[in-house]
Parts: sequence; C-alpha cells; structure tokens
Amino acid sequence: MQLQNAANNLSESASLMAPTAPWPRRAAKSLRRFVKTKPLGAVGAGIVLLMVLIGVFSPLIAPMRYDDFNVRDRLLGPSWDHPMGTDEQGRDVFSRLIYGARTSVLIGFGSMLVGMMLATLIGVTSGYFGGWIDIIVQRIIDIWLSFPNLIFVVFVIAIFDRSTLNIILVLGILVAAGTSRLIRSSAISIREMQYIESARCIGASHWRILWRYITPNVIPIIIIGASVQIGAVILTEASLSFLGFGVPPPFPSWGRMLQESQTQMINHPTLAIFPGIAVTLVVFGFNMLGDALRDVLDPRMRGSR
Amino acid sequence: MTTYLLKRMALVIPTLLGITLIVSLSVRFLPGNIVDQLLGDEASFVNPETRAAMEARFSLDQSPIEQYVTWTGDLVQGDLGRSLISGRAITEDLKARLPVTMQLGLMGLLVAVIIAIPVGVISAIRQDGPIDYITRSFAVVLLATPNFWIALLAITYGFILFDWTPPLSYSKPWDDLGGNMRSLWVPAIILGTHATGSIMRVMRATMLETLRQDYIRTAWSKGLRERSVVMRHAFRNAFIPVITVIGLQIPSLVGGTVILERIFSIPGMGNYLLNSIQQRDYPVVQAVVLVTAFVVVVTNLIVDVTYAIIDPRIRYS
Repeated sequence: MQLQNAANNLSESASLMAPTAPWPRRAAKSLRRFVKTKPLGAVGAGIVLLMVLIGVFSPLIAPMRYDDFNVRDRLLGPSWDHPMGTDEQGRDVFSRLIYGARTSVLIGFGSMLVGMMLATLIGVTSGYFGGWIDIIVQRIIDIWLSFPNLIFVVFVIAIFDRSTLNIILVLGILVAAGTSRLIRSSAISIREMQYIESARCIGASHWRILWRYITPNVIPIIIIGASVQIGAVILTEASLSFLGFGVPPPFPSWGRMLQESQTQMINHPTLAIFPGIAVTLVVFGFNMLGDALRDVLDPRMRGSR
Repeated sequence: MTTYLLKRMALVIPTLLGITLIVSLSVRFLPGNIVDQLLGDEASFVNPETRAAMEARFSLDQSPIEQYVTWTGDLVQGDLGRSLISGRAITEDLKARLPVTMQLGLMGLLVAVIIAIPVGVISAIRQDGPIDYITRSFAVVLLATPNFWIALLAITYGFILFDWTPPLSYSKPWDDLGGNMRSLWVPAIILGTHATGSIMRVMRATMLETLRQDYIRTAWSKGLRERSVVMRHAFRNAFIPVITVIGLQIPSLVGGTVILERIFSIPGMGNYLLNSIQQRDYPVVQAVVLVTAFVVVVTNLIVDVTYAIIDPRIRYS
C-alpha cells in the first residue's frame, strides 16, 4: 500500500514532464518542484550539501591544519587571523571546526551505508521467507533494540578498539535494527503481489526474487530510513566523542571539541559555542531533508516521527 | 485480554535470555584475553598459577556454554559478581545507583510530557497559526540540539549570569528532598528536551488526524463547546498512539542520563558505567549494560500492556 502510494507519487511527478525532455531539464524541474513544495526540506538539503562539500574539501578551505599549534597563541579570542579564536593548545578553532565536518559527514554517511545494507538484507529475507526464519530473526531484533543506543555503543567501543571504522560499524548495526522492521513489513506485503507469483511461476530462484523483485521495491523505505536517522547518528557520534570514546585524537570531532572546551568554559565561552552550533546545524539540516523526503516518498507517514 | 497479556509476556523471555547471553559472553570478545588486557605490560611477570587463577575468575577455563549457565545462575540469585577495583558486591552498588538514574529519567520524561502534550494539542487546534509555527520550529530545533551542549551552556551561563553552579554533593530524596531536587532539576529539564521535541510533533500529528474524523464533525454539529470537542472527543483518541512514542523515548532517555550524570556529577548508573570502563572493571560494565537493557525491556512491556488496557482494539487484533 505504502509502496503503491510512493509509486503513484513518483509517476505523478513524472507524468507532468514531457517524456522526451532531456534528463537535466527533468531533474531541474523536479528540483524546482521540491523547493516549492518543501522549502524547509530544500534548506535542509542546502545545509547537507554545504557540509558534505566542507567535509570533502576541508584541507582546501581550512586556513590551517587541524593539528597546527602555537603555544604562544593559546586561548585567543576571535580575530582576523583566527576567526573563531584558538583553543587551549593554540590550535585554530575555525580550521578544526572545518575538519570536524569531515568526521561528522563520514560517520553519518558511512554508518548509514552499513546500516541500510544490513537492514535490507535482514528485513527482506525475514519478510520474504516468513515462518520460523522470521520468528527467530525478529526475536534477535527484539534483543538488539533493548540496548539503549549510547550505552551499547560505549560498551562495544570499550571492548573493541575505538577506531573510526569500528564506530561506523557499531552505529550502522544500531540503526539497522529499527529500519529492518520497516523493510520487513513492506517485504511481507510485496510478497503477496501478483508479479512475485508470476516470477515464481517462471521458475525464478529465491535469490533472484529477493534481489531483482523485492529489493528494488523497498528502496523508498531505505531512503526514508536513512535520511530520517542520519541526524540521530551524528548526534550519537558527537555524544560519543564528548565522552571520550569517539574518533581518536588529534583528528577533530565537534563532540570532543566541546569536551575540551569544558575546562576553559567560564573564561572562554566561545570555545563551547561554535562546535555546538555546528552540530545543531548539521543535524537540523539532515532532519529537515529527511522529513521532506519522507513526505515526498511516503505520504502515509506524513507528520509522524 | 489474558491471552494478549500471556503472549506479550512470553515474548519477553527469549529477549531476556538473549540479552544475558550477549552480555555474559561479551568479555570473550576482548582483543586477546581479558587477563592480558588487565595485566597490560606486566603480563610477562606473572607466574602461571596466578594467571590460571585469574582466568578461572573470568570463567575462561570453562566452555562458553558453562560460563553462560554459571553466570545466569548467579544472576537469578541476585549475584552479579564483585567489582575488580573496589571488591564490593556489584548488586549493592547498583541498589544505590539505579534509583538515582530512574529518578532522573522519570523526571526528564515528566518534564517532556508536561510540556509536549498541551503544546502539541494547542499547536494542532491552531494549525498554521503563529503559535503553531513557533512551537513547531522550536520542536525541530530541540531535536537537533545535543543535550550535552545545552548542559555545558547551562553551567557556563548559569554561572556567568546568575552565579549558579550545580551542587557538588548529591543527596538522596529521603534524606534531603530539597537538596535532591537542587541537583536534579536542571539535568532533568535538559534530559527532557529531545523527548519534548518528538512527543510534541507526534501529539500534533495524531491530533490533526483525529480532528479530521467524522465523529468530530458530528460533535461540532451537535453544538458542543470547543473545550468539550477537543478534550473529550479528540484528545482521548489522539493520545493513545502517543503512549507508544513516549515508550520509545525510554532507551534514549536512559542513554541521555549517562552523559548528563557525567556533566552534573550525579552518582547514577551512567557515571558508574563510564568510571568502570576507564578502570577496565569489566564485571561492573557487564552488570550496568545488563540492567539498563532489562529496564528497557520491562518498560516496553509496561507500555504495551497499558496500551492494551486503554485501547480495546489492540487486544482483539
């Protein structure tokens, strides 16, 4: 049902355009439509795009390297040389903030990639096969969902090493559980469709049905799942870094910049302000984009969260 | 109703077993071996008997299955082992700390519900009005703001502007209720911010949906007053799905207490967990993770049962 709605919505916007129009014009048209109907979503998309660009090109944008320090220039206020001042070790806060975008974007997108692949694999198989497989897989998901996110991540990082890859993997595994439920329920409804029956009649293997018939149809759910949760993942990464379990130093993360600012807060409150604004802004951008994408792709879930 | 309750209860058992399985065997996943981890550089100076004794202490001489059975057997008897650092029984430490975290979590939830429910309802009945826009933007910003950042700003500007600092010592509510509230009111409000944002948005959405139903139009056309239509007809139905969302906030509230307990130095489960991770006190880490997961399972059960009691449609489906 959900998918039909999503499909109708997509074909509705597709039919408005001339079928022969070249793709750049079609893309521009749907983009204009998105901006017009979802202004907040467009603002979110703008913020996200900006953050991705900053993250990718941070060595070119940042005036200094993230670990350049000068002990004589400790704890300076904002000035022309250091637009956001310097920290306790005399490092330029503005440059560190720019490199911090890299951490957030990398961990956000990386864990979404891991999480959504895992969620699709679990959700599609569990929903398609049903029966005992489904019952067992769903009980495992129950267990998975019982661990409070932050506590589970801290626990896993304490056991394994705290490398960037491990953080991406753990966060990815965490987001997979919830989304796999959504994918499973839509896989169950797709399973009953006639085209699946016909695929079975012509002798398609389970693997082929899963990969070529069901997975393409749950893509809207995957996009919704990813875009709605990526903000929360970035927040968790910031909390993790704040607690000292994040990306290993000296590479900057906004969460750790906030943690480091704690000792200097009373005399140098600006140190705590900029990284906080950065986290809030990027999470806000992802949330707005996610809400808008959800409304466009799945009208049934409009307004809920 | 009884069938539903029994079915729902039956689902809890495999979950609890799975949680104990993961937690009890987790130390086996430590890179190398827990004994090597604890000894660090001194591993080569330890004689084999001592090492064997240490390995026995962590059940490494047993198979994973034996280890799980022993661990769970002790757990059922209320024995979570002893701390490696202090040597105290972990159960005793938890008895002192769990109520602190639960109080903070419940206060956070209470703050969220008290703010979010009325604001969500007002925002829905005045849809697209100025109040609606202001509160919606506010909710969206709340959802994006890290609560530890708000906590840092509260401490900094609380001191700069109002000369306020969070109390250094924590007092139990039954010893000194005033002192207890002085330590907890600020973290509770900050803890509630995220939940406020989510609950507010869902309350508004379900309220809007309910207000469009036919029976609401009937209520209006009977000439009922707005208060009666909104509160007696719409709100009662719109509130039911919100209960689930409130339940869904519990894990993130428990996670949020970890970070706020650290910032405000509140002696709850979160601080206990972080301290023991730093000291590599693995039995304590296991115990805290286990207890928080159990708390989540039990609260989810309570939410589902409440839901079934309030909404008869759930029971029969």
